[in-house]
Amino acid sequence: MRFVLDAGQRAFADSLDAMLTAAGTPSVVRDWSRGEHASGRTLWSRIADAGVFALTVPEEYGGLGAGPVELVVAFVELGRHAVPGPLVETVAAAALLTGLDDPGPAKRLLPVLASGASTATLAPGPYALDADMADVRLTTPPGTNDLYLAPPAGAAEVRRSLDPARRLFPLPPGGELLASGPQVAVAAGHALARGRLATAAQALGVGLALLDRTVRYVGQRSQFGVPVGSFQAVKHRLADAKIALEFARAVLFGAALTTTAADVAAAKVTACEAAYTTARAALQLHGAIGYTAEYDLSLWLTKARALRTAWGGPRECRALVLSGRDRRW
Amino acid sequence: MDLAFTEEEKAFRAEARAWLTAHVPGSPLPSLETAEGFAAHRTWEAELAAERWSVVNWPARYGGRETGLIGWLAFEEEYWAAGAPGRVGQNGISLLAPTLFDHGTEEQRARVLPPMATGEVVWAQAWSEPEAGSDLASLRSRAVRTDGGWRVSGQKTWSSRAAFADRAFGLFRSDPEASKPHQGLTYLMFDLRAPGVTVRPIGRLDGKPAFAELFLDEVFVPDRDVIGEPGEGWRIAMSAAGNERGLMLRSPGRFLAAADRLRGLWRQQGSPPSAHDRVADAVIGARAYQLFTYAAASRFLEGASLGPESSLNKVFWSEYDIALHETALDLLGDEGESADSDWAEGYVFSLAGPIYAGTNEIQRDIVAERLLGLPKGRR
Repeated sequence: MRFVLDAGQRAFADSLDAMLTAAGTPSVVRDWSRGEHASGRTLWSRIADAGVFALTVPEEYGGLGAGPVELVVAFVELGRHAVPGPLVETVAAAALLTGLDDPGPAKRLLPVLASGASTATLAPGPYALDADMADVRLTTPPGTNDLYLAPPAGAAEVRRSLDPARRLFPLPPGGELLASGPQVAVAAGHALARGRLATAAQALGVGLALLDRTVRYVGQRSQFGVPVGSFQAVKHRLADAKIALEFARAVLFGAALTTTAADVAAAKVTACEAAYTTARAALQLHGAIGYTAEYDLSLWLTKARALRTAWGGPRECRALVLSGRDRRW
Repeated sequence: MDLAFTEEEKAFRAEARAWLTAHVPGSPLPSLETAEGFAAHRTWEAELAAERWSVVNWPARYGGRETGLIGWLAFEEEYWAAGAPGRVGQNGISLLAPTLFDHGTEEQRARVLPPMATGEVVWAQAWSEPEAGSDLASLRSRAVRTDGGWRVSGQKTWSSRAAFADRAFGLFRSDPEASKPHQGLTYLMFDLRAPGVTVRPIGRLDGKPAFAELFLDEVFVPDRDVIGEPGEGWRIAMSAAGNERGLMLRSPGRFLAAADRLRGLWRQQGSPPSAHDRVADAVIGARAYQLFTYAAASRFLEGASLGPESSLNKVFWSEYDIALHETALDLLGDEGESADSDWAEGYVFSLAGPIYAGTNEIQRDIVAERLLGLPKGRR
């Protein structure tokens, strides 16, 4: 029992953090929100070079064969830097392809997803993220056990998300049939759990970034002649955010180790609620400046709300927790 | 990073489970906040101690099994899952014993710890005073040097378990001239039945005497009952406060078992949707507390000190405990008003959590100033 990240895992997080800090993600997010993908694609290839999309892909398909813990470490950093794009969707699509009995689609698509040459999206609900730029668009029409490679979505079909960087599309029907049968349902379940875990990690990263930025801000901003961060009401709100995030971190890494449906659902709801609590505190403590789109805080504020519903909202995740087994040890 | 237990740890857990299954009383003991319940709990502690289950992580020479922290956590999970009674020896075991391990003499450990483990001597804490809550630096009760020891006078209050306990431990002002208020304090153990001690039980919200006021009038405390150096009481007590708020005051096992019971109650009531989210959050919260504690224990075992991180812990479990019990009382409907259920007893007990061991307001200040680095300010 050694429930802490090892030196290698911590170094991986630090190197991703350094790379993303240098990349200046806020301007990439703003480009992406306007449907301009060039800077995002450049960033995508750097993230791929760092091994993020290869992490959980089996070695035989050009992946690293690492575990969900490394994936979670990576997605916390992606969330901390508000990196846009179908990141979760790409690793979930890879999980889906890996989970099929028929190795054909995996052989064809996994190497390009792992290397970052292609991006993927899929729709856990009615919408698929960034379906106008993703090359691999997986869809399983409701009520079927069929897996299709859907045609590209037209840019005109974009639905606005509360998070301007999340560009949602209904996937067009039809396309190329990739696989069929019960294997698709099993693999889709695997993909759902993987996407949910990565989303939880991303949400924790979003919450951590919001807390960091707000702590810095209230230390500098003065009112009544003292930093607002010296007021107990302000301190207590941030202390509560810190407590929520640190306990969410424990649930998240626990879920990465067990990967049971109930633990992953618990991680999703806990991390997203903690991030959202932090977002509310961050907005309040920044005051009007935090309520503007031009100030960078908005990039995390809106994402905290959107991630709450993505890949299974709080109600659905709590129901899964309650259907889990009673004894946890 | 892993959550795997060694074969040895698994075997220990299985042994604990088997023993508990065979020995846990079939029906709940009376409340330990009553004279009858206190006696019944003492008997239970003695039964636990007879086969060295009362303090599993302690050294064998004091009655333990030297399981280490992970073994203790595993034992606690089994203990509460088995429905075993609350521990009347808790104050001594989780507050005084760690202090003696760190700052006591070998003579003190050999004399104090074994009867603590068996419940033969039950300890009360005597930190608080009428004018001092979380601000222990303002303590006024004094200790004056005399032949072979100290004469102690003053008043302590909110002294948990003191209504029925045998001995107590607390801080006393031994140097009123000290330049700073947290200097010149001395950490003492004393007998609640010594001449000059008057114990006045105080009823908590439900009327049960869960704590007491202590009036001390020239009570003699021998030198051998001073913990650490005279005047060093503050430093010694702070390390105990770290323990108190940290890993061993509330074991995750207690909440895991309570959350399972709550989920059972919810199902028994037909799984009402109105409580769905709160019950789920109770289940998640217990898991979160377990995992957070495992993470803290892992860091601790790697040599990190608990420090201000224990404040995160204390706020979390104390608020969690109340929410869990409130949910249970709401689920019970009309029966939720009845004061006779285990849930009601647990509810009243939980209400004290955010108040004692350093109020949650103080804990949040510690989180904000020491973990987040926010500037100090007016409280």
